[in-house]
Amino acid sequence: MNSTLLRTTAVRSALRAAAPKASTRAGLAGTTFVRGKATLPDLPYDYGALEPSISGKIMELHHKNHHNTYVTSYNNFTEQMAEAEHKSDIAAKIALQPLINFHGGGHLNHSLFWENLAPTSQGGGEPPSGPLAQAINDGYGSLDAMKEKFNTALAGIQGSGWAWLVQDTQTGNVMIQTYANQDPVVGRFRPILGIDAWEHAYYLQYQNRKAEYFKAIWDVINWKAAGKRFK
Amino acid sequence: MRGSSGVAATFWSFLSISSSVLALEQQPFQFEAMSVPTYTLPPLPYAYDALEPHISAQIMELHHGKHHQTYITNLNAALKSQAEAVHAADITTQVALQQGIKFNAGGHINHSLFWQNLAPASSVDAKSSAAPKLLKQIQATWGDEAKFKEAFNAALLGIQGSGWGWLIKVETGKEQRLAIVTTKDQDPVVGKGEVPIFGVDMWEHAYYLQYLNGKAAYVQNIWNVINWKTAEERFLGTRADAFKVLKASI
Repeated sequence: MNSTLLRTTAVRSALRAAAPKASTRAGLAGTTFVRGKATLPDLPYDYGALEPSISGKIMELHHKNHHNTYVTSYNNFTEQMAEAEHKSDIAAKIALQPLINFHGGGHLNHSLFWENLAPTSQGGGEPPSGPLAQAINDGYGSLDAMKEKFNTALAGIQGSGWAWLVQDTQTGNVMIQTYANQDPVVGRFRPILGIDAWEHAYYLQYQNRKAEYFKAIWDVINWKAAGKRFK
Repeated sequence: MRGSSGVAATFWSFLSISSSVLALEQQPFQFEAMSVPTYTLPPLPYAYDALEPHISAQIMELHHGKHHQTYITNLNAALKSQAEAVHAADITTQVALQQGIKFNAGGHINHSLFWQNLAPASSVDAKSSAAPKLLKQIQATWGDEAKFKEAFNAALLGIQGSGWGWLIKVETGKEQRLAIVTTKDQDPVVGKGEVPIFGVDMWEHAYYLQYLNGKAAYVQNIWNVINWKTAEERFLGTRADAFKVLKASI
């Protein structure tokens, strides 16, 4: 019964999402509740810099098209949310929540992802040091053991999603978690290192051989950036 | 709505599978000797390049030969583990296996239905005129074919992550209605009274090599290769009729 309800809602919100928004935008112009917009962050390296682990073509499409669509859609739905807020339209606000979660999550996840990757010439693949290295050893015995578990988690994702090394803010421990679609790491867990397991992240280069992508990406992991997130 | 030919087909497919079911049931206490049915990849009803230019041969070959095959391989492994867990009265393992069975069986079911509800654009089956009765109910439900496609496309483009869009027939007693539904990941359409009429795969592997992030173009073009003849048959038939391709691939 739940699944029927969910599916119906999905169709309805899809229809709503496809409706023209021009009048909404015009109505918003000049109002005071339009907030700062999210923007696509620049990559800290060239599109081709992660080759051969990730091809330049994948990086370009992934950053310029996929990530940018999340940014644009997030801004669009945030604007609609502000309008619904202004009108105290509870139903509209609730209907917008999954769209903000999805597109806002897509923006957050990709922003963190670009940052926790680096070309080998800029330290990509160099193992972590300091407190994060210690926490990984404490939790998994070794970096290699952690990577193996991480790759198993990645391979086990059914559909689109991400795997993250997260820090439990209650215990301080690190652990591996998978998230569906663009669900972001928020709340109790702090994102340390994320790997995108959506097909668009690897398909042009690896097709159905995703295990090869999961193996190759460790050569361009920026452990320094991950270490800075660890508290 | 249901024609007598549909009933007859169900009856015969029931007879053909019942013999194998009986064979299993004859030896309920010799479990070790019992083999778990294994599923095999159903052949495509057309060549890999037959859906060009709307779906490239490279996509079709990977999608059928690799992706679909992987679901079947993983399903067979999970079913074998399940049979062992049942035999060992290991209830926790049985429960732990359920999600994997649902995912991989769903992948097998969905793709098997999908290949059959596609057809080369040049064939008469790919014209909506091949589904006169279905079209009549589509018009009664959505106004006209264009409005139906618009609603279907919006549903497809609204999927967040991997999933499928389906036109389904829902039977409640003597009533029946059409509905557009989306399902996540590989969840199959198996609800009570639900008959899948046609499905569109919205996983990125279904279009990415050709359309990249331009999924709206894929959604637009897929209509050129929808097999309306299959759709009409599923609309007029029963659930068992729609799923008979699965029985054939055991």
